[in-house]
Amino acid sequence: MAVSIGGLRRERVPISKEKLAKHDKGEGIDLKAKSTRIKNKVIRQKLKRKEVVYNNTVKDTARTELLLTEDYGCLEADCGEVTVQYKQKQIVDNVDITAAAKRFTLNLEFGPYYIKYTRNGRHLVLGGRKGHVAALDWVTKKLACEINVMESIHDVSWLHIETMFAVAQKDWVFIYDNQGIELHCLKAMYKVSRLEFLPYHFLLASGSKEGYLAWLDVSIGKFVNSFNSKVGKIAVMTQNPTNAMLCVGDTKGVVSMWSPNSKNPLAKMLCHTQTVAACAVHPYGTYMATSCPDRSVKIWDIRQLAGPMHSYYVRAPVEHLSYSQTGQLAMAMGNVVEVYRLSTDEMKPYMRHRADWTVTSMQFCPYEDILGIGTTKGVSSLLIPGSGEPNFDGLESNPFQTKSQRREAEVKALLDKIQPELICLDPVAIAEVDTSTFKNKIETKNSVLYLKPKNIDFKPRRTKAKGKGGTAKVVKTKKILKELSRKETIDMLRQTDSRSDTRKTKPQKDYGILNRFLPKSNKKSN
Amino acid sequence: MKVKVLTRNPDEYLRETKRDIHKVPRNYDPALHPFEAAREYTRALNSVKLERIFAKPFVGCLEGHKDGVSCLCKHPSQLSTVLSGAFDGEIRIWNLAHRTCISNFLAHDGIIRGIVLSQSGENFISVGDDKTIKTWKLENSSLSQNEPINTVISKTIITGISHHQTQPIFATCGEVCDLWEETRNEPIRTFKWGVDSLYDIKYNPVQSNLFATCASDRSIILYDAREAGPLQKVFMRLRTNKLSWNPMEAITFTCANEDYNLYTYDIRKLRTPVNVHMDHVEAVIDVDYSPTGKEFVSGSYDKSIRIFEVNKGHSREVYHTRRMQRLTCMGWSLDNKYIISGSDEMNIRLWKARASEKLGVLRPREKAALNYSEALKEKFAAHPQIKRISRHRQVPKYIYNAKAELRTIREKINRKEANKRAHSKKGAVPFVSERSRHVVQQKV
Repeated sequence: MAVSIGGLRRERVPISKEKLAKHDKGEGIDLKAKSTRIKNKVIRQKLKRKEVVYNNTVKDTARTELLLTEDYGCLEADCGEVTVQYKQKQIVDNVDITAAAKRFTLNLEFGPYYIKYTRNGRHLVLGGRKGHVAALDWVTKKLACEINVMESIHDVSWLHIETMFAVAQKDWVFIYDNQGIELHCLKAMYKVSRLEFLPYHFLLASGSKEGYLAWLDVSIGKFVNSFNSKVGKIAVMTQNPTNAMLCVGDTKGVVSMWSPNSKNPLAKMLCHTQTVAACAVHPYGTYMATSCPDRSVKIWDIRQLAGPMHSYYVRAPVEHLSYSQTGQLAMAMGNVVEVYRLSTDEMKPYMRHRADWTVTSMQFCPYEDILGIGTTKGVSSLLIPGSGEPNFDGLESNPFQTKSQRREAEVKALLDKIQPELICLDPVAIAEVDTSTFKNKIETKNSVLYLKPKNIDFKPRRTKAKGKGGTAKVVKTKKILKELSRKETIDMLRQTDSRSDTRKTKPQKDYGILNRFLPKSNKKSN
Repeated sequence: MKVKVLTRNPDEYLRETKRDIHKVPRNYDPALHPFEAAREYTRALNSVKLERIFAKPFVGCLEGHKDGVSCLCKHPSQLSTVLSGAFDGEIRIWNLAHRTCISNFLAHDGIIRGIVLSQSGENFISVGDDKTIKTWKLENSSLSQNEPINTVISKTIITGISHHQTQPIFATCGEVCDLWEETRNEPIRTFKWGVDSLYDIKYNPVQSNLFATCASDRSIILYDAREAGPLQKVFMRLRTNKLSWNPMEAITFTCANEDYNLYTYDIRKLRTPVNVHMDHVEAVIDVDYSPTGKEFVSGSYDKSIRIFEVNKGHSREVYHTRRMQRLTCMGWSLDNKYIISGSDEMNIRLWKARASEKLGVLRPREKAALNYSEALKEKFAAHPQIKRISRHRQVPKYIYNAKAELRTIREKINRKEANKRAHSKKGAVPFVSERSRHVVQQKV
């Protein structure tokens, strides 16, 4: 494509194939004159014009990558060294002061800690098992609130904005605002062990110790669905961010995927032969990692529900897993955290950190090179270069959001709230042709062929008139009715048959007057 | 060791002063935008709902006539000027922008049958039931018009008038079809083809020598001013009330029929109409094309206005109000934005052509947002929810009931025909398409 600027013809910057593939929207419609299935010329012309627009859109969006300002973080080892051997201390010494400030440790005493970052990676909420809850802007280290709920805490989760978070306490789930004021007590979420928030659907999902799954629409305060998943205690639960399904790992080694629309899992994967200890899904929905107490870690292709892509054993059983935006996988085994990078064929350890205490929860911070870990005695953040996406989209999630922007974004997000009915395995199903219902229609039509005529349950009226009643008469009427209904059914069958049978019959030879001696089936076709 | 950790300089991401706009860095990577299809669907659903919420088509009402409005006349170059004639012989000149009457005067004895403006827009000609053709000067002052410039007394009754697109020629219809020159007092040509009354006459705006009339013998007659006699005639089952030429296609016209339908014809093939437009539940009284030639508006005796797309069989929009009675005349403004309707109960009403359109100046962001939602609506138009909402119209009970009744009648006819076909010899009851069903005969 060429553009003329000030009389000079300038070629536009070429786009690499990888970039085009990244932004590709899939194959277009086949509109070639020979092979196309669209007969109408006018429609074909219209579609052609549309295809051109789509292709240009793909090119233009791919070209905008030129304008991205930030670059990925990186860590390169010197000759004879490997990146695994670098300690956090060394990295902190070698980076600039603002990045160094992001490495911190909080020593707290309310024991094992659960942490969650907001979607823009700016805020952190931490909950200690012994009742300690704190929300803070971890970049500026500004504390929003700190309370003790005087109950055991099992999980924490942010809601759609940083002014509200949910805490799974001893019995019920509570929602607090960023000043620590209790807003709601959700008694319908009972003995919850895991919380997840689905931001585009505004659903707070919970899995309980008794195996119940519940989805609460936080925008209208209504429970979408709640049922017993029958997998026992839900100790491992995570969400697939691309299709909003909940992945629940059970003690039999099965990871099941749940949507609020069905009481049975939409998919089940037998991942291990023992209990699933941890499960993590790539933020872009490509891979799922699972671990097992037998020290194995497996990577699955979650889009095709196939795998394992990789399967191997580590030195100690992995208790927690977390994926970063660039696809780095963090594993926590006891007090050791290892970060792996997925190279083309093999998983290689990239960084290792030995925490002071056992790691109890772990999450990569979005849009930052940070891995947050909660331990039995506090919370700390580790620098993992190259783990975060450098260029955020200001309209999707913005770490530098101001209050007014946040309010604006909240309204926009609420307008775009996706209905829970749309949660299914394939996130683009809504934009595709609904072939399944059409198939169903055809099937029901075909099933008519196997119908039997209705049973006639005939009960005669009692008449006292002379010569009108009598058993013989009743039997006769019954017979007539039966015959009628049989005829009706045959008629119906014939109609469907004639529609479905479009095969052409071979023209038969005409024998003139002797046609009457032909077998019946042949006569019909003549 | 080489190490780089992400650090963002807040100065690059935050606005400098409070007067600046917020900086919004974009990254179009599809991985950062999950649920694209579902979100687009939600937006499409929202925008189609908003479209229905904002659908307030009624703009205003022009009151003043003391009898039913019989005809309307648009100004060829001024959007705000509209002339209207009433059944009591009064003509009013309106300013649509101010919604005021500029002047009013009694022009004829009896009904005013038609008003046309000359191409210059300085004079207008009116015809009435008193057999006179009067030429008036169009003045913008509110002084009452006292006298016509010219008065011609015709020999025959006149029921309609239409002006040539460019030349100072106009045609009238009545007992016969006459061609007049503005400066002369005698018709220059007279056409006659076996009918004693013609109801409506319309000049073709593109092929400007052609014109068509609707006659009392249920026919539509085509004329060419260059020929000696009329060209063609097509008979329909019922009478045609009015017709309107497509301003963009010389070959197409649409006629409003007494049998509740409108028919779009191609003059090259008058035997079957190109399209039958159904939806009215009573006789269609008037029809007028949009200047784009893609849509037309029709007014009916069932007290409703419907907007049809030329290539669609059913209307895309229906307008009605409780106070509006039988429609008598329709007009589509030349900026393609408004619809003017005159009705029996003496009022002229102004409507928006697109019911949910925002009037006035649009800011660029507003425009972009509207375009975006328009594209989404088109993309998801086939989805059942979206289709249902965008198609739903609340209609008065009598229309709703009449529609149901017509449906049963149509079903009954079809069923009966199918039964006949099934029980008679093959080919004895041929299938007649809806389009060819209503045309009886074509004469050349």
